[in-house]
Amino acid sequence: MSLVKTFTKGIWKENAVFKLLLGMCPLLAVTTSAENGLGMGAASTFVLVCSNIVVAILRKLIPSKVRIPAFIIIIATFVTIVQLCMEAWVYGLYQSLGIFIPLIVVNCLILGRAEAFASKRPIIDSAVDGLGMGLGFTLALFILGAVREIFGSGQLLGISLFGAGYQPMLLMILPPGAFISLGLLLALMNKVEAGR
Amino acid sequence: MLKDMARLLITLTIIAASAGFLLSQVEQATREPIKEQRRLQMVKALSAVLPEFDNSPDTDIVSLQNGVNKKGEPVQVAFYRARKEGEIVGAAFKVIAPDGYTGNIEVMIGVRPDEMVNAIEILTHAETPGLGDKITFSSWKDLFKNKGLDNADWRVKKDGGEFDQFSGATISPRAVVGAVKKGLEFFRENKAKILAEGGQS
Repeated sequence: MSLVKTFTKGIWKENAVFKLLLGMCPLLAVTTSAENGLGMGAASTFVLVCSNIVVAILRKLIPSKVRIPAFIIIIATFVTIVQLCMEAWVYGLYQSLGIFIPLIVVNCLILGRAEAFASKRPIIDSAVDGLGMGLGFTLALFILGAVREIFGSGQLLGISLFGAGYQPMLLMILPPGAFISLGLLLALMNKVEAGR
Repeated sequence: MLKDMARLLITLTIIAASAGFLLSQVEQATREPIKEQRRLQMVKALSAVLPEFDNSPDTDIVSLQNGVNKKGEPVQVAFYRARKEGEIVGAAFKVIAPDGYTGNIEVMIGVRPDEMVNAIEILTHAETPGLGDKITFSSWKDLFKNKGLDNADWRVKKDGGEFDQFSGATISPRAVVGAVKKGLEFFRENKAKILAEGGQS
């Protein structure tokens, strides 16, 4: 598979959220605004790329019996690095993502890529795969966050869209709104795919 | 067999040790910025609730004990004192409203020496977006300005007091009003100690 294909498949054909339905927990929990979605996506992408690279480097040294604990240690290390750096330099985002930053460790998308891809492929392929998958995940988080923010608070990235007269649909930024918007988005995706 | 076992152990140990080393480096690099961020956060909250000052209240602290927690350990309340030209013009302290709709609400209160509220600030809360979280709106927080124990009825309107609740959300405002009132009572009881000269600890 060419590098370009490895990259683009993560964004659309094997999009983590819309096609594989992985990483649902952070997706549903943090997408109350587009900004949160982007922040979560960026953090996850960083972890995904780094862990994919390290797993690919060590793939021949790690005995298969202990590969899962080894992968988890690697992933947890990068998640902790992200968490410390966010607290030090982007405090506002750190506070609004809260507990969901450390929970990136258990995002099955990341362990899934380490296990299914990086542990069998060379370093560059794995890095590109991580980047593609991460951007695909970020895109999904951003779209869902934007939809919920537009309807739920009448804003996009903090900029008011409809003027003061707009009555926000409160439901959209509450937890049920996450499920409803995700369901509608998935239905839309399937419709688009079926129409091809 | 035994050799296999040894290899598993060694690999995992090496990976874990390298991870530990890497993390200790990152922790060291971020320790100072994180401390600074937390301090800035504190200073921001203090500036929001205290009258104009020219000292640094985050280092001008009086600590008092206020009851005990569930485990029986003493609870320390820190009073951050604002001064202008050396004179104390106000003190800020944190109170916790344990009876919010979803968990604790942390409120910073700024009180002037005449026992009137200068301003309040909601530090952390997890109230329902769009309903209870209106307690963070400045139009509501401003209701507390210049209110003291003697010139206000410290209840929400629904309970016969004078603080507005929101349609659909009475619990959050009630919790905040109650916590601020308790804070003011504690301030009154310990006023002499809080405003005592020196006393920097």
